[in-house]
Amino acid sequence: MTAMIDAERLRKKYLRDGMLPTIFCNGCGHGAAFDYAFRAFEELGLDMDKVALASGIGCSSRIPGYINADGLHTAHGRALAFATGIKAANPDLTIVVFTGDGDCTGIGGNHFIHAARRNIDMTVILLNNFIYGMTGGQLAPTAPIGSISTTSPYGNIEQAFNICELAKALGAAYVARWPIFHPYQPIKSIKEGIQNKGFSLIELLSPCPTAYGRRNKLGEIDSLWKWYEDNTILIEDYEKAMDYGTEEEKEAVRGKFQVGVFQNVQKPGFFEEYDKLVQRIIAKEDERKGGAE
Amino acid sequence: MRYERDPARIRKVLGDKVQFVQGDMAAAYGGLLAGCSFFGGYPITPASEVAEGIARMLPRVKGTFIQMEDEIGSLAAVIGAAWGGAKAMTSTSGPGFSLMMENYGYAIMTETPCVIVNVQRTGPSTGQPTLGAQGDMMQVRWGTHGDVEAIALAPSTVQECLDLTIEAFNLSEKYRHPVCLMADGEIGHLREKLVIPDEDEMTLIERVPATIDKDKFLPFGNSQTRDNKVPDFPTFGTGYRTYVTGLTHNKKGFPATDKQRDHEELITRLVTKISDDREKLTNVERVELDDAETAFVTYGASARPTESAVATARKNGMKVGMLRLKTVWPFPRRTIEELSKKVNKIIVPEMNLGQIVHSVREYSCDGCEVTLAPKVGGEMHLPDELFGYLEARK
Amino acid sequence: MKKSIRIGGFGGQGVILAGFILGKAACVFSDYNAVQSQSYGPEARGGAARAEVIVSDEKIGYPRPTTIDLFVAMAQEAFDTYRKDIRDDTVVIVDSDLVPRNDIGRPIYKVRAQKIAQDLGNKMVTNIAMVGVITGVYDMLSPDAVKKAVMDSVPKRFRDLNVKAFEMGLEAGKNARPE
Repeated sequence: MTAMIDAERLRKKYLRDGMLPTIFCNGCGHGAAFDYAFRAFEELGLDMDKVALASGIGCSSRIPGYINADGLHTAHGRALAFATGIKAANPDLTIVVFTGDGDCTGIGGNHFIHAARRNIDMTVILLNNFIYGMTGGQLAPTAPIGSISTTSPYGNIEQAFNICELAKALGAAYVARWPIFHPYQPIKSIKEGIQNKGFSLIELLSPCPTAYGRRNKLGEIDSLWKWYEDNTILIEDYEKAMDYGTEEEKEAVRGKFQVGVFQNVQKPGFFEEYDKLVQRIIAKEDERKGGAE
Repeated sequence: MRYERDPARIRKVLGDKVQFVQGDMAAAYGGLLAGCSFFGGYPITPASEVAEGIARMLPRVKGTFIQMEDEIGSLAAVIGAAWGGAKAMTSTSGPGFSLMMENYGYAIMTETPCVIVNVQRTGPSTGQPTLGAQGDMMQVRWGTHGDVEAIALAPSTVQECLDLTIEAFNLSEKYRHPVCLMADGEIGHLREKLVIPDEDEMTLIERVPATIDKDKFLPFGNSQTRDNKVPDFPTFGTGYRTYVTGLTHNKKGFPATDKQRDHEELITRLVTKISDDREKLTNVERVELDDAETAFVTYGASARPTESAVATARKNGMKVGMLRLKTVWPFPRRTIEELSKKVNKIIVPEMNLGQIVHSVREYSCDGCEVTLAPKVGGEMHLPDELFGYLEARK
Repeated sequence: MKKSIRIGGFGGQGVILAGFILGKAACVFSDYNAVQSQSYGPEARGGAARAEVIVSDEKIGYPRPTTIDLFVAMAQEAFDTYRKDIRDDTVVIVDSDLVPRNDIGRPIYKVRAQKIAQDLGNKMVTNIAMVGVITGVYDMLSPDAVKKAVMDSVPKRFRDLNVKAFEMGLEAGKNARPE
């Protein structure tokens, strides 16, 4: 079905007039992210008047600006906290957050932890490019060991965040990771994430040729994209190798990014639970005081 | 579930019309009466009772309370809720207020109506958590970066904690601006008589929703009622598909970060929409000023011992009065200027080492002597201390 | 009329509730103004605690007592700490079981509020018994107003117990003479 949707028509429908061109560099993966989001919106038949977008600061956080919907482009790292408020005030809105690795897990790490823990009903599309791209290529908490950045000029010695494992441990309802250059799985995950009532995280590995690829000798765009191909492995394949593989096979997959759906559970989101709490309190109160006025 | 202000339910939750409660609780009551339907907060002494009070009450009127992960998240959620259509508030004190500064600026830049109750203590840093002070009077004015105007109200009684919280909501809606109730630990923790106003004893200003045709509406440029100075509010979910950003933006709301003209126009409007109304926003109490030769200029808890000192002075035949600022920001320039022409001396008692005294000095003229009467360490001035200042300056 | 009252005890004893009830009786159930302030240490229980109430028929400016008209002590430490603020004409009430060393060189009211509470089977209502004593000794608020404030301020399931403690304290207060 996806293939049949005409890209031009989608862009016309979902892109905001007067905002193009985007700020994204050649070879950047971010442009694909909103294309995927459009396809997911389209397939779900969302009423864009009832979609609210939120974002923080960084390249990925500029995405809501290009989408024809209400959008709150907030302070660095704080998008999830802002989005929590939007959802609280109007639970009928579908909340989609666009964020980056630095925005969400660096400066915004605490909000990320708590939004996931509270299972706030929102879909977070996190574009992980291992770097602070907009500000010129500083070290991100997701950068693999050895990464060269302007603030780790001799190589990164810090262990990287595994965002999906963190979200999973926090009990987020839906958690998935995909490289951005395969469209079908990200689109499917964005759809599943929006449909899931709780907190959904879709981490998309998105190359930054300008600020990361160039410094880390990942080559031109073609070879950069190939790097992602070579360094990712489906969760199932990873587990198979770990369970049944030889030592060499285990070693070969150990450093790769597992991709796939890490968690998909159906449970009430925060505001559904809050609603139940309120109904319970009100019912008790009305019963005690002989009915509401 | 969507909140709808239900006066009967609110009043049932608030209880008796006359109560004996703390200032913090009165501020929570004020929020409830104003129609606040979202509160995001984080515990901090001496403001926690505001959050505790509203945590008990809000669910009972179908509002939402969330204890957020920190003060940054608290104000963020409040701003988000405002865009979602709620009247929203938070409460905090010094260190938390410092953490809120970035999002306070965001609320100013994006013209988001919301209320911050600051039950002040002292600092810098953690300071004296359980004791009151007036530590943030300048932070509220200048704490966020860039060119801003502030609206800040200072209650001196428990009753005013309620009344001025309602007023804070009203002004936040009128000007689409975050408004701060600058209470302090003394008034916040003081218990005093509180009379809850009836529905017909209060005025509520409601948000002006965008109604202009969607194709023509400029979310940061058009208003039906306020000469395009305060734009109408395109609540999320109402089809206006507004882009809201803390970046310098044009009237459409789109980033215009490298456009000198757009920035100048935007920032000038954000400041003048408030400063042009300075006189309208001026809210002061005058005590014994008619024939006064010396005046105290005061606000918040400091007004309490000052009032007692003025009474003692009058008993001693001294011509002393008091000007109490209920609206501290925007600063009542003309009122201070006029006062300084009338009296010879102005004394500014503050529970800090001098904040508002600087503004009083700035706008005083005709050689009027302006001095600070500071008090730090976590206590109010004693009335006798202030009387001592008068005697020393006879 | 303007009276300043200080009630001193240790944290957890309910001195703040006692002060609150007097303030509420004055503002809500009588036609006075009142303010109540408190001070306590960082600990939730234990340590010295004090509640201060000012009752007046006029507007109250400075909300903390500058002089003490009535001083009530429910703990030795509080008595020792705050007795320095007592004037010659300050009315002093102590619970003689809790404040055994209470000699200030003049007669004071010595009552046994904790004993009343214990006789009722619950030491927790010592503070309310003391509110009764204060009402009986110090002619400021009508017993009826204070009783209403007590009933309004305690959990429903303990209301009868508290009212009983209040009434017994009130009797003890009425009968007490400085000694």
